[in-house]
Amino acid sequence: MTKLPDLTWTRSRDFRAAPFSATPVRPSEWTALAHALSAGHFTLLSLWAEEGAACMALHDADARRVAVARVDAATGAFPSVGVHHAPAQRLERAAADLFGLTPEGAADARPWLDHGRWGIRHPLGGASPDAAQPPYAFLPVEGDSLHQVPVGPVHAGIIEPGHFRFTAQGETVVRLEERLGYTHKGIDRLMRGASLARGAELAGRTSGDSTVAYSVAFAQAVEAALSVAVPRRAFALRGLMAELERLANHLGDIGGICNDAAFAMMLAQTGILRENVLRAAHAAFGHRFMRDRVVPGGVAVDLDAEGEAVIKALIADIRDRFPSLVELYDTTASLMDRTVGTGHVAPDLARRFGAGGYVGRASGRDFDTRRDLRYAPYDMLRLEVPVRHECDVNARVWIRIREVEHCCSLITQMLNALPTGPVLTEVAPVGEPRAGLGLVEGFRGDILAWLALDAEGRINRCHMRDPSWFQWPLLEAAIEGNIIADFPLCNKSFNCSYSGHDL
Amino acid sequence: MRRYLLEGLMRRPLTETAPLPDADAQDQLAAAFARTVRTKLGRSLAIRHVDAGSCNGCELELQALSNPFYDLERFGLHFVASPRHADVLTVTGPVTHNMAEALRRTYDAMPSPKWVIAIGDCAKCGGCFADSYAVAGGVDAVVPVDLHIPGCAPDPTALLKGMVALVERMGSGAEPN
Ligand code: SF4
Repeated sequence: MTKLPDLTWTRSRDFRAAPFSATPVRPSEWTALAHALSAGHFTLLSLWAEEGAACMALHDADARRVAVARVDAATGAFPSVGVHHAPAQRLERAAADLFGLTPEGAADARPWLDHGRWGIRHPLGGASPDAAQPPYAFLPVEGDSLHQVPVGPVHAGIIEPGHFRFTAQGETVVRLEERLGYTHKGIDRLMRGASLARGAELAGRTSGDSTVAYSVAFAQAVEAALSVAVPRRAFALRGLMAELERLANHLGDIGGICNDAAFAMMLAQTGILRENVLRAAHAAFGHRFMRDRVVPGGVAVDLDAEGEAVIKALIADIRDRFPSLVELYDTTASLMDRTVGTGHVAPDLARRFGAGGYVGRASGRDFDTRRDLRYAPYDMLRLEVPVRHECDVNARVWIRIREVEHCCSLITQMLNALPTGPVLTEVAPVGEPRAGLGLVEGFRGDILAWLALDAEGRINRCHMRDPSWFQWPLLEAAIEGNIIADFPLCNKSFNCSYSGHDL
Repeated sequence: MRRYLLEGLMRRPLTETAPLPDADAQDQLAAAFARTVRTKLGRSLAIRHVDAGSCNGCELELQALSNPFYDLERFGLHFVASPRHADVLTVTGPVTHNMAEALRRTYDAMPSPKWVIAIGDCAKCGGCFADSYAVAGGVDAVVPVDLHIPGCAPDPTALLKGMVALVERMGSGAEPN
């Protein structure tokens, strides 16, 4: 087997402060990396295509460093990583749809984002007119007394669209196959040639529930590429916004999961707390989701004394009310009956897929970008990362519960040590092409942003990878052997993003 | 749990005790809405929602309508799971080509008379995704729209106001589709 290539590994502080360069590798070395991934030496952070090349970002967990490898694909093909390392499969299918690059040797050559409805093929590659596509072939299922239940893309609740095909024996699910891509908006191509301001606008609208996290990831990539020194107060305010966003989402999820287990009272209670967070965000930063508040170079709004007071009062209120909700969850046997043991995600799967956030941490994967690939302001804060090993819906609820508590602690720490000074600095092009990498812990897990800028500071390529890319496949595994009626519960405990995944 | 249930019985509803920044407007809105829905549609209006490609931000605010602060159902408005039970279709997002058919079919499955509310800046004309190869346009590129509620995302009060406006218009002779 070919020896592993010498990649340019970079530690977290360094890649956020300076431009990033991908290491060019030969096809045989690329394949050697794929083997190293499948052997568990590294974690796949993402895989994407560029004009005439394929790239993958790798994380070396032990050494806390990352690298990007780039293989030439000028011939229109590159060696498949997915055939050796399953987590790369859907990313490769997406790259093939968008750029027309073939992952050679891939086991699954079906389109993924392209449903044959765009009028063109390979919108970021040759952009040739659409040829009629055969109907999407779901994987064959064979066996006695099986029946199929197709669900979606339109779902019963107020949620995003996607298609789920269940194969069941009686009530028990023997296979779930997902089909996504319905919310594909073509963000990658809208990014091409865009100004940084326009890029930030799009990044903040990639997955609405994570608008702060996406904006920070995009800003990090810009600031690294152009070596921008961001004021310390801006970092602190970004931290406050990011934790408020996490708080709001986790509170909503805890209630939502309980509601899907027919315990509506919890949703009403956490819904009150969530609404209070959004109102505080509006009072402090001028928008309930804090959209467009984080921009390359800093933040667009400063926090005044009144805003600080509102956030302090909010945290005091949550600290006061949340413990009794936790007790309510913990002592309601009928609820536990639904969540304990349901939707098991094997620790090995979580590790192999590099599943981020509560999905990974509930299955023993002890990883948090804020701690392991640290960035400001978290380098100045005490941060605990909860990990559990039960791997079920209940564990995913508990991770969220603990993180709600930690959010309160982080916000208090930040408010107690708010630096003074400016909140925004100028971002100017540097007269040469540059690339940068951003990595941020959103509420769902780690969000990656890869950005290549031209000499004028316009966007050549922007690739954003939602945590859901590595969580959706695990949902297929989690539901196996469960009853169909438990799917909403499992699904909500994952709460994957459709829009963030479909782009 | 018993404590919560008891508290729920004893305490005045949150909707009244928690003062809103624009509490007056909210109360007026609530009163006006309750009156109109009652006269026009008996007591209730069933809403079916379709996300036609949104970023999911608009969905979050639609979900918030059901929290105890806004409590949509007290106005006789409720979300239903099937288009066949719905009077109103709410649609968010730029309509992606991948979702256009599903949206059309949902609309077709609704019995007449029916109304469509397009929610959010994206639903107007595609918003910041308008020029994409993957986007068909705003909601009216696929189904006729009766009302558009702007915002990114429109907050729950804006959503409530929009729904009142639609109900008002239903009474003023605007033809449904
Ligand atoms: S209007 Fe804003 S919140 Fe709504 S879908 Fe569009 S970008 Fe998202």
